[in-house]
This record gives sequence, structure tokens and C-alpha cells, in this order.
Amino acid sequence: MGILERFGERTIAFLEYLGGMTSLIGESVRSLVHAQIRYAETFVQAYELGIGSLLIVLLTSLFTGMVISLESAQQAVQFGIGSLVGGAVTYTSVRELGPMLTAVVVAGRVGSAIAAEIGSMVVTEQIDALRSMGLSPVRFLVVPRLLALAIMLPLLTVFADIISILGGMWIAQAYAHINPASFIASARQAVGFEDVVKGLLKALVFACIIAFVGCYQGLSTRGGAAGVGRATTSAVVISIILIFGTNFIMSYLLFGGH
Amino acid sequence: MEPTIYASLDDVTLSFGEHVILKNCSLKIVRGAITCIVGLSGAGKSTILRLLDGLIEPSSGHVYVDGHDLCHTPERDLVELRQKTSLAFQFAALLDSLTIGENVGLPLREHTALPDEKIRHIVDDALESVGLRHVYDSLPNELSGGMLKRAGFARAIVTRPELVLYDEPTTGLDPIVTNLITDTIVRLREKLGGTAVVISHDLHSIFRMADYVAMLFEGAIIAYGPREEIRTSTNPFVQQFLTGSEVGPIPV
Ligand SMILES: Nc1ncnc2c1ncn2[C@@H]1O[C@H](COP(=O)(O)OP(=O)(O)OP(=O)(O)O)[C@@H](O)[C@H]1O
Ligand SMILES: [Mg+2]
Repeated sequence: MGILERFGERTIAFLEYLGGMTSLIGESVRSLVHAQIRYAETFVQAYELGIGSLLIVLLTSLFTGMVISLESAQQAVQFGIGSLVGGAVTYTSVRELGPMLTAVVVAGRVGSAIAAEIGSMVVTEQIDALRSMGLSPVRFLVVPRLLALAIMLPLLTVFADIISILGGMWIAQAYAHINPASFIASARQAVGFEDVVKGLLKALVFACIIAFVGCYQGLSTRGGAAGVGRATTSAVVISIILIFGTNFIMSYLLFGGH
Repeated sequence: MEPTIYASLDDVTLSFGEHVILKNCSLKIVRGAITCIVGLSGAGKSTILRLLDGLIEPSSGHVYVDGHDLCHTPERDLVELRQKTSLAFQFAALLDSLTIGENVGLPLREHTALPDEKIRHIVDDALESVGLRHVYDSLPNELSGGMLKRAGFARAIVTRPELVLYDEPTTGLDPIVTNLITDTIVRLREKLGGTAVVISHDLHSIFRMADYVAMLFEGAIIAYGPREEIRTSTNPFVQQFLTGSEVGPIPV
């Protein structure tokens, strides 16, 4: 196959992806606007993904807060500015690492599960059965997962922020003898409420990415069990790439002026 | 009196990539009658039902159900039509996150305002009619293939649709349940005047219930007519199919 031909094929596939994704988002928004929401299912999804992700989110953010503290405390004490460590840890946690690490963990855990579940429903004709009964798979499956993620990911991010700051505080004290009071004072000086809100806004956008990519990969599954495996992998890969890219863009837009 | 047509395929061609499944295929489904479709495995029988349910679109030609052209109709506009039709899938296709009772009651819960007890009652009746009353609270993965198939059947008839498409409703079932299902299909037609399309390999039950029989071969309907006409047909393809002979025009 010629290079041009392959390029053409890739372009068409990409445009198809965009088109499919756009109509999925469009239909979800329409469902939301018309308040066609299955609350019970949304609640179950939110509960499961929240409880299921909590421990791993807490652990990753705890260690991340600790390592930032470790690295910055070492440097800061050398230069005699140990009192700034609290600010450094809180600043990076709330604005960048909290939302992003939480999203990456949830993409790996929940995005993949969504793609696998919906994908296997495709190959066992359950999606066709829904359509055949006049039920929209988007309303039935996508919207509850979207809402569940949109609620739980910001919430998980709040926990992640807190635990990572606590971890940082502990290491700062144990390792560089920076007392918690000065750690907190520095944190409050470096980070405002506005930063927290912006971080949560990121989490909300990441939630949409994970939900839409997971559902879309699931719904476009082709070809049996192997197809489900491919859908699952690509759901994780695509959402993680999109999360990193979007994180940069959002940081630029939200914090770029500072 | 000329029978009225409820649904039809009009010069339908359908291919998956290079592979042509249906070629200039036309078929009329008479209102209020049971039409059985027979044909070799892989001939495209399930595909015809998927076309009639609007799940797939033909590459060319038209599919009509109750006067509506299903082709190029957006999914949203099919919703209303789909409440009047239902498809009993070949492999049941129950939602595996719901219990059997919830599965069977799903179309009622979503499309009607009936109270829960009433739905429970209708679902129990539907399950009873396929001999499955005791599995209301079981999950699909706890049932055998034949039980799933019967539950799928119950889900398809629970709303009393005008058109029911049955994809091999009796394949793989024991003779007693086979009769039960066949009788249920006939009873629904008699009581409610509904239209049915049944795919089956079971000649015995076909000739018990069919009003019309259509035979699909190499992508087109090669024989169609009232039951007796097909039973006594001299068409060599039909003859060979009905006798199950290895010699004849159908290559083995
Ligand atoms: N999604 C698809 N992609 C490619 N080919 C398909 C697809 N669906 C069906 N086919 C092909 O279409 C043909 C007809 O399939 P169909 O399921 O309609 O057969 P059938 O007559 O119902 O067979 P059986 O009696 O075994 O159920 C088969 O050869 C199958 O390989
Ligand atoms: Mg079939």
C-alpha cells in the first residue's frame, strides 16, 4: 500500500472517530437536557466507582505528596527556605498532580471497565437488544456513567489533594523538621480557593473524557472477545493521552496568566 | 380477499465488505399471519430479522414495516415503531446485569406507566407461558442456554407487540418445551391477531404453525407460498430441503 493511500485511510478513520464521538456527546447532552436520567443506575455506578477507586487514589496521592515534599525539602533546607515547602507541595498537588493523577488512576480502573462492559454487551448483542426494545444505549448506559464520573472524580480529587498535602506535611516534619504550622502557613499563602476550584474544573473535564472515551470504545467494539480486549486497551491509552494534553491546555488557560 | 402486507423487504441487497449476504431479495410479510423462513445455516435468515427490526440497513433496496420505510430513518424516529415490534434473539441477548424478571419486565417498565405489581404479574405470566416461573430472581449467567432462550422469548412477547420476529425460538430445546413455544406463538396470533416471522429449522413445528413459508437460498427467496403449497411443492430445492437429502441442486 502506498504512503498516500495509508495516510488517506488514517485520515478517514480519524474523521470517523471524531464524527462518532461528536454524535455520542450530542446524544448524551440531549438526554441530559431532557432530564432522561436513570437515577438509580447513576447512583450505583457512582458508588461503585467511588468506593472502588478511593484506596488506590489515596495511596498514589499520598506517595506523590511525600515525594514532592522529600525532594523540595532537601533543596529548600539547603538554601534556607524550608518555610516554602508547604507552598510547593500544596501548589503542585492542588493545581496539577491531584486532578491529573486521580484522573489517570480512574481512567485505568474505571474507563477500562466501562469499555470492557459495554464492549462485551456489543458482542453478545445486548446493545442490539436495547435498541430493539426502543431503548437508547446512550440514555441507558452512557449517561449514568458520565454523571457518576462527573460527580465522583472531583470528589476523589479533593481527597487526593488532602492526603497528598498531609503526606507532604508529615515528610517535611520528619525529614526536614519543618513544623506543620509553618507548612500550613506557607500552603495558605501559595494556594487560594480559586486554585482549588480550577483544579476541580480540570477533574470535571477529565471525567467527561474518561466516560466518553470508555463508552465510545465499548460501543464501537467489533469482533468477539479479542475485540473487547482491544477496546479496553485503547480506552485507557486514548483517555490518558487526552488527559495529559487537556491538562496542559487547561493549565495554560486557567493558570497561564499568573 | 387479498391479504394485507404488514412488512416487506423490497429488492434488498446487503453485503458485509466483499461478502454479499442478500442479493435482490424481496419478501412480503402478511398481516396477522405467521410466516416461517427456512434456509441453510449462514444463509442470512437472522440478517433478514435484523433488517426488519431496523438494526442494520441494507446496502440497497428498502425495508418497510407498517408503512414506514426503515432505511435512512434516524434511530430516534425508530423508537416508536420498535414499541410495536420485537425481536426474540437467536442467543437470547438478555442484559446480564439484570435478573430474568427485570429483563422480561424491562420493556414494560420503560415504555408504560404500569404500576410495579401489575408489571410483576404480567412478567410472571409471560415466564409461566415458557415454563420459567421459578427463575424470576436468577441472573442470566445462572441459567442454561435453553432457559435463556425461553426468557428471551418471554421478553419479546411481554408487550404484546404487533409484529414479533422470532429467531429460531425452538432450536436446542426439548420436544415438550418446543411444543409449548410453538403453541404460544400460535396462541398469540389467534388471541391478538399479531403478525409473526419465525425462523426455524424444525419442520415439524413449522408445519404446525406456519401460514406462509419462505425459503431463503443464496441471498434470495426462492420459494414462497401458503404452507400446503410449500409442503407439496415440486421445486427441487424445496424438495431437497424438506427431505434433508444430500442429493439435489443444493450443494452439500
Ligand atoms: N456483522 C457481520 N459481519 C460480517 N459478516 C456477517 C455479519 N453478520 C453476519 N454475517 C454473515 O452473514 C451471513 C448470514 O448470517 P446470518 O446470521 O443471517 O445467518 P443465518 O441464516 O441466521 O444462520 P443460522 O441458521 O446459522 O443462524 C453469514 O455468512 C455470516 O458470516
Ligand atoms: Mg441465525
